Amino acid sequence: MTEYYRDEDLDRFGEVGGSKPDLFKKFMEWYNSALAPGVLSKREKVLIGVAVAHAIQCPYCIDAYSKSCLEEGMSLEHITEAVHVASAVRGGASLIHAIQAHNSIEKISL
Amino acid sequence: MKDVSINTTHFQDKLMSIRSAPLMSADITLLQVNLGYQCNMACKHCHVGSGPERQEMMAGDTIESVIEVLRNNPIQSVDITGGAPEVNPHFTYLVERAKQIGCHVIVRTNLTILLEEDMEHLPEFFSNHSVEVVASLPYYTDDVDRVRGTGAFEKCVKALTKLNSLGYGSGVPDKRLNLVYNPGGPFLSPSQAALEEDYKRELHRRFGISFDRLYTFTNMPIGRFRDFLLRTNGFERYMDKLVQAFNPATLNGLMCRHLMSVGWDGRLYDCDFNQMLGLTVKGDCPRHIKEFDYARLAERTIAVGNHCYACTAGQGST
Repeated sequence: MTEYYRDEDLDRFGEVGGSKPDLFKKFMEWYNSALAPGVLSKREKVLIGVAVAHAIQCPYCIDAYSKSCLEEGMSLEHITEAVHVASAVRGGASLIHAIQAHNSIEKISL
Repeated sequence: MKDVSINTTHFQDKLMSIRSAPLMSADITLLQVNLGYQCNMACKHCHVGSGPERQEMMAGDTIESVIEVLRNNPIQSVDITGGAPEVNPHFTYLVERAKQIGCHVIVRTNLTILLEEDMEHLPEFFSNHSVEVVASLPYYTDDVDRVRGTGAFEKCVKALTKLNSLGYGSGVPDKRLNLVYNPGGPFLSPSQAALEEDYKRELHRRFGISFDRLYTFTNMPIGRFRDFLLRTNGFERYMDKLVQAFNPATLNGLMCRHLMSVGWDGRLYDCDFNQMLGLTVKGDCPRHIKEFDYARLAERTIAVGNHCYACTAGQGST
């Protein structure tokens, strides 16, 4: 499984459109629109992208968005801060569920 | 090596398809003089391949020819580069004479050289001669060390602090301090304005440093950076990126249309990059500083190659 994700596979993304090209085309249009500068700058959007890439642990996305961050003039320092935000939110999401444990125990305890 | 080979349209053909005319010189307002390839550093992105072991150095009689050209022609500025131009024993002489003639003098420095033994007087020398300092600083954090060697960033901070203490970087016209950013890998520069804002904010917040302008350059696929691309199998992908980002709107503003580059041995080139590729001026133009002829050189056809895609990519880099 060490070769499960390969660098060169990222460039083959278009091949996914070989089947159901209409759906892939819609996805690409939506993707490009979502990443285009709006109220948020391109820089802010790629920083969100790198954070999400780590939260969902997608190797392709981590490679692509880390590079995008450098292209936007950011550094490993920016990426690390963003990953900490993603990780903190993720950690907090686990921790807040302690309330559910409290509720459960409350329900079953004498 | 005379050109960068790629699997797509050659730059010359691209140029002809867009404007049906070769790239021509408009005038010569700037003489860029390479004083030699020796440098106290060996940066990974250096297109010159400079380092401490390089022995190429402009000789005194060639420097006299440069001064004569500056004196006798309508050239407003001289841009002194290298290597580390400061290591040439005739460096301060050239600056002094150029100022006497009335030229605007720009020195491209790596900053760390200003802390070397026998070089500590240079910041004051720059200040006393109203030299415009253009300093390489590939980033505003110690990420710089990855490209330029351990401890380089700390030295840059010290040198910049010294220049600031002399009034450099405070907006005063005769104490201009400009920084140069190079991408730390095979990608294009971000927006110059946005990155300048980051540099100004962070250098001031972290170290109390100020400067005037930031120039974002595109890494040339030649020299050490080309070696890196080939070593990491990224050469073709990088060239594709440059070709895809080709922007015809950059052509008229290219600096090669307004400058003449002089090699350490006195040979004439259209730019510093052509110099590194050994592409001397084309046609029957004078090819050496001792034969300098303004009228003929100011109307020359510029020699282009696939490396020119770097200066014409995106917002342009020149």
